[in-house]
Amino acid sequence: MTFKFKNAYIENTSLIAGYYEKLSPYAKYFDKIYEKDFYFKEKSLEQAETKLLSESIDLLLKKSKKTKDEIDVIIAGDLLNQITSSSYAILNKNIPFLGVYSACATSNESIIIASAMIDTKHIGNAICSTSSHNLTSEKQFRNPIEYGGLKPKTATFTATGGASILITSKKTDIKIESGTIGKIMDLGVKDANNMGAVMAPAAADTIARHLFDLGRDINYYDLILTGDLGIFGKEILKEFIKKDYNIILDSRYDDCGAMLYNLEKQKEITAGGSGPVCAPLINYGFVYQMLKKKHFKKVLLVTTGALFSPTFLYQKNNILSIAHAISLEVVEK
Amino acid sequence: MEKKKYQEIVKRHVAKENKKKNALVAFLIGGLLGAFGNLLIEFYSYVFDISSADAGIYMIITLVFMACLFTALGFFDNFVKFGRMGIIIPITGFAHSMQSATLDYKNEGLVLGFGSNMFKLAGTVILYGVTSAYFFGLIRLIITGGV
Repeated sequence: MTFKFKNAYIENTSLIAGYYEKLSPYAKYFDKIYEKDFYFKEKSLEQAETKLLSESIDLLLKKSKKTKDEIDVIIAGDLLNQITSSSYAILNKNIPFLGVYSACATSNESIIIASAMIDTKHIGNAICSTSSHNLTSEKQFRNPIEYGGLKPKTATFTATGGASILITSKKTDIKIESGTIGKIMDLGVKDANNMGAVMAPAAADTIARHLFDLGRDINYYDLILTGDLGIFGKEILKEFIKKDYNIILDSRYDDCGAMLYNLEKQKEITAGGSGPVCAPLINYGFVYQMLKKKHFKKVLLVTTGALFSPTFLYQKNNILSIAHAISLEVVEK
Repeated sequence: MEKKKYQEIVKRHVAKENKKKNALVAFLIGGLLGAFGNLLIEFYSYVFDISSADAGIYMIITLVFMACLFTALGFFDNFVKFGRMGIIIPITGFAHSMQSATLDYKNEGLVLGFGSNMFKLAGTVILYGVTSAYFFGLIRLIITGGV
């Protein structure tokens, strides 16, 4: 399921990051970094995550010089149960809200929905937001925060941050050219500490279908980025997509999770970053700025999500995964 | 692709865990902790002039208190990362597991937060510890007549 968009453009983006992200090689593209602690003067960690998302929306409005009335809809999602961080963050914005969930593939899902609504001229401006917080995820999905139990090296590290993007029908430099909706995949992985292996098949399937639907070759793109497979998942994807789909991913391919942290300095992060905000921290920052400078012209962004619930896993079910793709292009004048 | 073939690809790209080093660190740290516990027993029985069995209880209280305090102050998890199972398996790990679970829920209130989450990790240990103690006690009673 791939569609081409005729008039969906990126107006601006905003990124807020946390303590571990300040050492990122791409930290200069973040608008704001909370480097002191994980609470940001809020009472609880959940409220801190809410603040990240809320502030990223306010910052985006300020950067793009738009008022709340000009925004027709906010499409947002996060990792916490019932995507409550998003709901609380958008409570006082007084803008219509659509909640979405695809775990770490949420950002692209929201962009595809917004672009489709803009393309059919139902709306003019939409904000897509997402957030994640390392400690709220640890608390919800894993052991208590202060427990500090050791993890295998294949485990990824949930990124802390809030990211927003403003999509508009008004022509700008960067166009959202097409979007591919992913299918749910299951190749029998049950290891919650190896999410790269869980999500690689979904990424491979979505990339292959995207190229097939549009009749394109992988070389059409200057840059191909997956969401948060991490350094091990990245290699799995390369081997899998070559064997099963005969697509060769060369040096133009990378993974946002593997890129996000300085893995040599940050020893506590072994396989790379993850979480809904992991891909946007690269895509809305580095990739967006590089497209603006025309360093890249055609980019394929594939966000990958593990549709993971501890309850289903403990009941001996496999972990499911999904990947959504969008392609961005520089508008030639 | 079949799931089996995919599993083979996954297996090729898995990081090697340094099991020998982890075991050695756990052995040394756990051993040091045990030696420290024994020193405490000697110290208490000497200072307070009590039996080793009573001093043992004092030692447990001291270690549990220290583990809880350091967890609450926020740096016991660094000890765990360094000392691995050498810190988790002894009584310090048990106290730490309860304390860390409690800290996570400090904002959810005394009953629904603290109360219902304190034994999130430790509950399993208590349940199977007590159950197996009962059965091993029973076996001992049958074999030796309770001696």
